[in-house]
Amino acid sequence: MRESFGSWTRSGAPWVWLNAGAVAISVVMVIGLLMLIAFRGLGHFWPASIIEADVRSPDGSRYHMVGEKVEAITVPAEQIRAAGIEVPAGQETVDRYLIKIGNRDVYGADFRWVIADHIEGISYPEALMAVERRERGNYYGYLLAIKENGQTVAQQGVGENTIWPELEQRIERALNIHEEIYQIEKHEIGRINYAIERLRLKQRSLELKGKDTAQNLSEIDAERAQLNAEYKALQAKLADLYVESNRDSFVAQAMNGTKTEVSLSKVVRAYQPNMMSMGDKIGFYGSKLWEFMSDEPREANTEGGIFPAIFGTVMMVILMSILVTPFGVVAAVYLREYAKQGFVTRMIRIAVNNLAGVPSIVYGVFGLGFFVYFLGGHIDDLFFPEALPAPTFGTPGLMWASLTLALLTVPVVIVATEEGLARIPRSVREGSLALGATKAETLWRVVLPMASPAMMTGVILAVARAAGEVAPLMLVGVVKLAPSLPLDGNYPFLHLDQKFMHLGFHIYDVGFQSPNVEAARPLVYATALLLVVVIALLNLSAIAIRNHLREKYKSLEM
Amino acid sequence: MEAQAEMNNTDAQTQDAKTHSIDISAMNRNNEELSLDKETTCMDVKNMDLFYGEKQALFDVNMTIPKQRVTAFIGPSGCGKSTLLRSFNRMNDLVDGCQIKGEINLEGQNIYDKNVDVAELRRRVGMVFQKPNPFPKSIYENVAYGLRIQGINNKRVLDEAVEWSLKSAALWDEVKDRLHESALGMSGGQQQRLVIARTIAVKPEVLLLDEPASALDPISTLKIEELIYELKDRFTIVIVTHNMQQAARVSDYTAFMYMGNLIEFGNTDTLFTNPKEKKTEDYITGRYG
Repeated sequence: MRESFGSWTRSGAPWVWLNAGAVAISVVMVIGLLMLIAFRGLGHFWPASIIEADVRSPDGSRYHMVGEKVEAITVPAEQIRAAGIEVPAGQETVDRYLIKIGNRDVYGADFRWVIADHIEGISYPEALMAVERRERGNYYGYLLAIKENGQTVAQQGVGENTIWPELEQRIERALNIHEEIYQIEKHEIGRINYAIERLRLKQRSLELKGKDTAQNLSEIDAERAQLNAEYKALQAKLADLYVESNRDSFVAQAMNGTKTEVSLSKVVRAYQPNMMSMGDKIGFYGSKLWEFMSDEPREANTEGGIFPAIFGTVMMVILMSILVTPFGVVAAVYLREYAKQGFVTRMIRIAVNNLAGVPSIVYGVFGLGFFVYFLGGHIDDLFFPEALPAPTFGTPGLMWASLTLALLTVPVVIVATEEGLARIPRSVREGSLALGATKAETLWRVVLPMASPAMMTGVILAVARAAGEVAPLMLVGVVKLAPSLPLDGNYPFLHLDQKFMHLGFHIYDVGFQSPNVEAARPLVYATALLLVVVIALLNLSAIAIRNHLREKYKSLEM
Repeated sequence: MEAQAEMNNTDAQTQDAKTHSIDISAMNRNNEELSLDKETTCMDVKNMDLFYGEKQALFDVNMTIPKQRVTAFIGPSGCGKSTLLRSFNRMNDLVDGCQIKGEINLEGQNIYDKNVDVAELRRRVGMVFQKPNPFPKSIYENVAYGLRIQGINNKRVLDEAVEWSLKSAALWDEVKDRLHESALGMSGGQQQRLVIARTIAVKPEVLLLDEPASALDPISTLKIEELIYELKDRFTIVIVTHNMQQAARVSDYTAFMYMGNLIEFGNTDTLFTNPKEKKTEDYITGRYG
């Protein structure tokens, strides 16, 4: 036995097992992590059935409850007893449900914890309706009537059962009007406001330069008058649309009997989950998921989508890559190809490598102090004096965030590029030099193209690091809510001075700064999943570019 | 000094090539008597010492490279023959701590002069290395590389130059249908001929070949040797080789080097059949090296 153990050890098999075991544990952990956030995050969009039940407290009081079961946990009985609720002796644990009861305007809170044993007579009435509203969260209840301009046009139980299709049709109409209002407010009025602001700045700049002649000013006034006229026309159109959108409303009864009238202009969607077939539910799920990825946040980021955050993250990472690549490559080429190798270059290399280890928040502080206040402040003084005292670049923004992250990741690019340059075979350089190329021509035409896959490796590592950073961004440009994207149709199209949203910060904000923690929790998971997906996609595209380059400049078999 | 003396001797010793142990008639060698004294000088090495840091690698080398002839350098490993060859287009400049004393003249001008443009020199003195080193570009772009460096981008000029070079390098028929495919897909022998084509595309005066066939199979080696024979009418060729038969087959003149010294330099046939120096004789008869 001992001998066979000895030979087993000598054969190397334990090593294989050890290594394979380590790999297996890592894989399981990664998959487990992804599964957890995917399960927690994606489940949120499924239309859960609405339950109707009676809740009887041990003290004899009863109340009627309608809502979605969100979560079930088991807690020690002690804890419940300590809270002053009676639990039968001998019982060790208590099941507790978190019910989303919605109707914040009626009860004041959307969620309620209920002890499972207190629930009686659970039923799933098909007529129960869930309404997603633009404010005050979900509404659960029974639809009673639909009103147009205050006049009842349809009523539950009167005549044919057409009230639900009628509601859906009218919601559709309200949504169309809402979309139109949104387009006008966001794009057309946004454009006019932007133009008026530019006119104001132009006038101010003329005043500062002393060129505010009557002719110049009258030109500006004429333009402004024209824009104001456009604005008035739009305002009038908007007013009509608002009247239109407020035409319809519905009356519904909540679980405690309160009747509520809700204007259809405030409705995002209404559905009867207990009546939905599987196909309906999947369709509903798809539309919720799409809304999450393509829409703006609502209700303090706890509802709606996170598109501005996705856009901001991607935009910032792309800008960062564009900034960091030339910096890093030029520095690496100098260090490897031109600088005299010696004490100084060694010190520089050590410094560069250590930069990669500096905590990112330090970069944030540096970015705020140097980029934002110093550089930004001077840029404002020089180029945007007309906007002062309001800062243009002297305030955190996309540009400074990208630049700070570029600084944070430049060591990675330098190191990767240097390694790539070192790997180019001497013979190829000599081949080029022997043809009469100078060193610079050799670098430009042969060495750099061959080293480009290594540069891309550096960029990939930089992207992986930058996309996940949050701490420095909080100081140099990320904000809680910035629905206007940094890229739009107003000249100069790319607004580097704008603040932006970021998925990483969004997770922090929704998870820890939200007024409605219960509602926000699933969104934390969903956003985290999306952040992982976005980073993976960014990395995959960089890897695809690298593989393409690798194929093109396949190294020689030396 | 030593080399100078030998050169005077070579022409005194007339030797019949046909008695040579290596059959060179296959290469249609012109049997007329070759003599350094009758040649036009292309490059001229005078009192050259070369140091790598503290270590001296070449000792007082004196020789003349005749124009439009093939000159071979032979000698055991580490004897300095490649170092000497690399001095001819200043490739040794790339080695840290390399120092050169003495002078090398190309058409009467010292190439180590301060005001010499090294890139221009290398355009005039092309070099092919031991291992094929095509660039990771298409066959066409490899050949056009030297011309593009000179700023020639006219497609017609480039097309002509590429075709001429590839034909000269006996590669045209093999690659004319795949000029725009990667050069890295070619065989080793083809790659080496491509490198030669690339080098002659810029029309250098001198072609330096540093063991051009040592990494190739026998058939490819033969093709390279045929090519050298074809090219010698147009270029001055200097070849370093480990293979004595190869030196005997392709060269008109041979220099034997040993431990950084030029031991003997003269007519190839004479050197192989009737060496004057004991060391040369020992080497070519296989006693060391």
